[in-house]
Amino acid sequence: MTLASEPPGMMKMEIRHAVRAGIPIFIGYFPAAVAFGILAKGCGTSLVEAFLFSAVVFAGASQFIALNLLMTGMGPAGIILTTLLVNFRHFLMSAYLSTRLRNLARKTYFLLAFGVTDEVFSVLSFHDKSLTPRFVFFLELSAWSGWVSGTVCGFVLGGFLPDILTQSMGVALYALLLAILLPALKTSRQTVFLAVMSAGLNTLLIRLDLLPAGWTIIVCILVVALVGAFLIPEKKEMLSD
Amino acid sequence: MTDSLIPLIFGMAAVTYVPRLMPFLLLNRLRIPYRVNAFLKAIPVAAIGALIVPGVLTATPELPAAALAGMGFTLVCGLFRGGIIIPVLGAVGVAWLVLAFFG
Repeated sequence: MTLASEPPGMMKMEIRHAVRAGIPIFIGYFPAAVAFGILAKGCGTSLVEAFLFSAVVFAGASQFIALNLLMTGMGPAGIILTTLLVNFRHFLMSAYLSTRLRNLARKTYFLLAFGVTDEVFSVLSFHDKSLTPRFVFFLELSAWSGWVSGTVCGFVLGGFLPDILTQSMGVALYALLLAILLPALKTSRQTVFLAVMSAGLNTLLIRLDLLPAGWTIIVCILVVALVGAFLIPEKKEMLSD
Repeated sequence: MTDSLIPLIFGMAAVTYVPRLMPFLLLNRLRIPYRVNAFLKAIPVAAIGALIVPGVLTATPELPAAALAGMGFTLVCGLFRGGIIIPVLGAVGVAWLVLAFFG
């Protein structure tokens, strides 16, 4: 991924920035993945299977749901369909990211698309510089290594993290999302309005309990982004590249 | 469990990966109309609100106040100081303290 015209040191600096941006994701993913590893072992999966779950599916909530469904005796077709539904929100996230990563080689998209999780998407969305494939890749790699290493540690070591640490580290993901959004919240009332609307709508939809897991967020994104698209555009181009 | 889970895992991986990939392949060379672009650009804000709430209320299930105190720290620290790592690590620390003293 090196460009011929690139000044020396650029590459290292970009990787360092990406890894630094990935640290909060790593901190949040690791304990959640430990919990997944422990649960997977409890469900009777092998170490290789637990590792593969995290390494090739790489989608937290759906992996926990899959284990639960396995325990209820649901067959593979039902579990795969549920996974599709739970993870379909990433379709919208990739659609957004495609506006920031245009005209790349096809094989680059094949690589980068694999790592589009909620948190990777969120960090990339509010990264104020233009996105380069290298930055995206190393951010995804940081997130992925937290998820995969946590899974293996959980499976092998069991409950080695004290419960209080697991719980407090779990707050990291939400704190990360808030910290990412804050600069935009500070400068734009429209952002405050849309974010509060989305939070409120999601709470309502979850309370009503009509939609399958993962779809409350899809409905929130569709409705709130549609409202956002028709609001009078503010002068600040905070999300443009 | 007697059956190997590996076919299931790869099935799950496929239905997760394809929706993550398709928009890149479909949209990257397309000229996107103004309104559609405005919609796409509004997706992050629309998503993040819903990703935080109500999930954060169950981040520390035994004592939701711990997660909320942590988020309070992030809010204050992020508003006045900015940055990501300190607001996030601080939130973990505050949640830990609240759990340690009141949990």
